[in-house]
Amino acid sequence: MTTTNIPVSAVSRTIGRLGRAREFGILLAIVLVVAAGTVKNPSFLFSSDGWRDLLLTPSILLLVAVGQAIVIITRNVDLSVGSVIGLTAYLTGRLFSDIPGIPIPLVVLIAVAAGAVLGLVNGALVAFGKVPAMVITLGTLYAYRGIGVVWAGSNRVNASDMPSSFLGLGTGQILTIPILTIVAVVVLGIAAWYLRNTRGGREFYAIGSDPAAAHLYGLRVTRRILTAFILSGALAGLAGVFYAARYGTVDSQAGTGWELQAVGAAVVGGVAIVGGVGTVWGAALGAVLLLTINRALPVLGIPDFWQQAVVGVLIIGAIVLDRVLAVRQKRRLIETRDQA
Amino acid sequence: MERVSYLMTDSPVLELRDVQKSFGSVVALRSGTISVDGGSIHALVGENGAGKSTLVKIVAGLYQRDAGVFRLRGEAVDFSSTAQSKAAGVAVIYQEPTLFPDLSVTENIFMGRQPTSRFGRIDRKAMRHEVERLFTRLGVLIDPDRPAEGLSIADQQVIEIAKAVSLDASLLIMDEPTAALSGIEVERLFTIARSLRDEGRALIFISHRFDEVFALCDTVTVMRDGAYIATSAIADTTVDAIVRQMVGREITELFPKQPAEIGEPLLEVEHLTSPGVFQDISFTVRAGEIVGLAGLVGAGRSEVARAVFGVDPYSAGTVKLKGKIVPSGRPTAAMRAGLALVPEDRRKQGLVVESGVGQNITLAIRRRLTKFGLLTQRAENRAAREWASRLEVKTHALDTVAATLSGGNQQKVVLAKWLATEPTVLIIDEPTRGIDVGTKSEVHRLLSELAGRGMGILMISSELPEVLGMADRVLVMREGRLTADIARAEATSENVMHAATHAPEHAR
Repeated sequence: MTTTNIPVSAVSRTIGRLGRAREFGILLAIVLVVAAGTVKNPSFLFSSDGWRDLLLTPSILLLVAVGQAIVIITRNVDLSVGSVIGLTAYLTGRLFSDIPGIPIPLVVLIAVAAGAVLGLVNGALVAFGKVPAMVITLGTLYAYRGIGVVWAGSNRVNASDMPSSFLGLGTGQILTIPILTIVAVVVLGIAAWYLRNTRGGREFYAIGSDPAAAHLYGLRVTRRILTAFILSGALAGLAGVFYAARYGTVDSQAGTGWELQAVGAAVVGGVAIVGGVGTVWGAALGAVLLLTINRALPVLGIPDFWQQAVVGVLIIGAIVLDRVLAVRQKRRLIETRDQA
Repeated sequence: MERVSYLMTDSPVLELRDVQKSFGSVVALRSGTISVDGGSIHALVGENGAGKSTLVKIVAGLYQRDAGVFRLRGEAVDFSSTAQSKAAGVAVIYQEPTLFPDLSVTENIFMGRQPTSRFGRIDRKAMRHEVERLFTRLGVLIDPDRPAEGLSIADQQVIEIAKAVSLDASLLIMDEPTAALSGIEVERLFTIARSLRDEGRALIFISHRFDEVFALCDTVTVMRDGAYIATSAIADTTVDAIVRQMVGREITELFPKQPAEIGEPLLEVEHLTSPGVFQDISFTVRAGEIVGLAGLVGAGRSEVARAVFGVDPYSAGTVKLKGKIVPSGRPTAAMRAGLALVPEDRRKQGLVVESGVGQNITLAIRRRLTKFGLLTQRAENRAAREWASRLEVKTHALDTVAATLSGGNQQKVVLAKWLATEPTVLIIDEPTRGIDVGTKSEVHRLLSELAGRGMGILMISSELPEVLGMADRVLVMREGRLTADIARAEATSENVMHAATHAPEHAR
């Protein structure tokens, strides 16, 4: 397969393995957590509710984490997603209650489009305003939440306002697998394919790896960054629809705090916070791990108090691990160069 | 549009005529003119600041010219982005390679124009195949799957060249590609460059090393002060002729240093060495003396200054101020001993651009101005006002934000900051870079005055007239070593330039 004059060194293979090891490691951690929960209480996995919750709970965060990962890969961050979820979830509910008989696909489309527009606002401010994404999206996090509060006030949309066929999506299963999980995994698959196999996807990595070089290469940096934020917004919009379907009641505070969980999931999943490195698979697995731990800890009898701390330790641990691996890889790459 | 043919051999690949570019009030390029034929390697030489890089950036689409003719293969062009110039067949290899460290070598070569199959899917096999073909042809032994992170500069440059070749660029510009390369690596680069020339491509080679220019190029264009000077065939010219063209102008009395009494040695640097950066640097600066430190960018001058001031560590040698050792790696101690360093990049290293003028001036003497650990606005303003008026900083109020000042006034603020510490020796790196002519002579007058009062000054400068006009003694560095120490009376642009560009063995 390989020609003789180009050495395919052990380094490439080692690095490839390391990359894969990250996702594999999280998968292993998820299995361990599930196993521990199941040993303590078999219904954690083996009851039909347990099985469903295991798959259903992370599905919504998974979508948000995928969007977040795309943005982080371009060396930006989207802190507004929690508020985008809140707005689009409430929008979903209001569409059903205000326009009786509105078709479900249309509602999904409108919510996703609304999320995309909110993402576009973020992206435009970041790309044209040349202000760090952290600041912009922190601002829109509050601004979008504010819009939600003004709009919803103390009202809430209840399950009775929404058609049962829609709520059925939130709990329905196909072959014991929740419908929301199936949709989330399909979206994940498409995003992963896009990031890996298209020019646009690879340019996200290039921009995150070295923005100045991306400019010199003549890549359309502004357009890509806009796209990343629009995708993140649209996925948060879809998550908002999921939220309404899954929980049935939506008030102005829906989705509060999800932005940090999404960033946490991406980081735990091996997406480098400085951009250029990571996969949406990793971010998705990170989301599953975070939420599964949250559910497993009470089963294991660990007090509430410690649950947040465990998540914190996990995030810090992931970052330290990344740093150590990066330093080691760099050293190894330089060593092989010097030997050559 | 008279001639619009690729095939017409008499139409040069690149033609620039009287191209101009200014940034605000600073003129970077007054009249850039060059004409490069296919199948030739064209050298572009000139002092630092002669406008070469600006010219390159205009061709690359990074800058847009203000005026002038810009033709590619006989056709007038206007690039507003690097993507456009790339699409037109222009590839630029910058002095510092620009790769994506996290991505594989293959991806780096093809980023933005990967071969795709159905649904826009990147055809990895085709890409990989193409890289193998490319590397075989260029004789490159780099694993195409490894990330760019950790590659040597030479390898990164080779990847840049591979990128250019895969672009099928008809014009390849190399901006000092050999600065960081070893002898063998340079030879390899030249072999590749010659084979590209033989394929009929046009190459522009920017270098300060004349031996390389003569070994590789067919034609040479000299620039000076942002303007075109001359183009000659390599066969018809000599190093001396080129140096004369580069330096050219008469040294006028624009930079008068008043004669001052040269006193006892203040700063004594002995055998200062930092491996890979500079070796065995020894010199003294005496009271009332301005010592010019000349050389090309990258010769290690600023690094020596930083080491002397204690910002960077050094592995061997001593720095003495008035006979007392200045400890290594401790700028605070150096400041207290009486050293001051006005850095080259004043926006990044010399100023807190978001702060007011007053605060910037008193920054280095805060400790002295505080009473019981408190710094009052009054004390600060009093000290700042004195220095601002002595240096004639043109600003309405001391709380004017430094970022809004002109380059010349910013430089004065930085100077004021360090003069407020009342140093015995002032090290000043590129004192007049990016400053208009009027302010320039003011800065020079000031330096001369300071020397007259017994201060020792070490002035790093890439501008030969400045060095020759101001310095009592000229030290020249080349590739980390001192290559000459010339007294004012003997210093000429030719011998300084010669020492800066030639290895010492043929220096005499």
